[in-house]
Amino acid sequence: MNKELEGRVFPPTSPYLVGREKVREFSRAVFAQSPLNHDPEAARAAGYADVVAPPTFAVVIQEAGLALLLAAPDTGIDFSRIVHGEQKFTYTRQIVAGDELTAILTVTSIKSLGGNDMITAETAISDATGEHVVTATSVLVMRGTE
Amino acid sequence: MSDLVVGQELITGKVTLTRFSLVRYAGASGDFNPIHYRDDVAASVGLPGVLAHGMLTMGLAVQPVIDWMGDRGELVEYGVRFTRPVVVDGNGGVTVTVTAKVGAIEDDITRIDLTVSANNQTVLGKSQVRVKLHP
Repeated sequence: MNKELEGRVFPPTSPYLVGREKVREFSRAVFAQSPLNHDPEAARAAGYADVVAPPTFAVVIQEAGLALLLAAPDTGIDFSRIVHGEQKFTYTRQIVAGDELTAILTVTSIKSLGGNDMITAETAISDATGEHVVTATSVLVMRGTE
Repeated sequence: MSDLVVGQELITGKVTLTRFSLVRYAGASGDFNPIHYRDDVAASVGLPGVLAHGMLTMGLAVQPVIDWMGDRGELVEYGVRFTRPVVVDGNGGVTVTVTAKVGAIEDDITRIDLTVSANNQTVLGKSQVRVKLHP
């Protein structure tokens, strides 16, 4: 893996408009049953603008950032050997339907450990006003070839 | 004020994952890697079977905590390590169990530790949820 990737900041992803039905679909997929995830009235009564996305929905936005990383020609990343090692989300607020989200991915660390390479990518996700919503941090492990 | 104590069990959860669950999550998340729905592809890359998406396991594991918390607080951070794959049998599926305990109380942040198991093994490591509970 290209060690010089460390510190690289990728350009912002195209804005992702969070749809109400997408939130409901994702909620069903992760077994999220709260009315806040499904019912706009319940969400508004609780002070949200619309249905609330489950905590891991940010992975969908992170994916657009990771796609830029994996498509870069000089990374030395072999996608077929990549395993998802760790994932973390740090929240300023929860994502709600109607949010228009942009992600900026930074490669914060590249390490070699026991024949494997580990890349840490931090994806900062902001709304249309530029306010931070959530940061998604992934550790990807590229298994050695031997 | 919070009357929680470290070590206290807060809630448990149980979900049965089937191949249907995996296909549904693939569509919802956009992760269409065939190791999550095709036995032949999973076998060809040396896996013990079709696996649940790590992000599906992570996503469902936090739900008991979200339900327990309700409007009593806010989620600050959620992180996991993917330590073991969750093999999903084509016929019976697999049951994933979650136990949430108070891991630490640091100022206004409560750390909740999750034990997530499937096929009699823990599948997530260092699975921690940080919440800020309203006073």
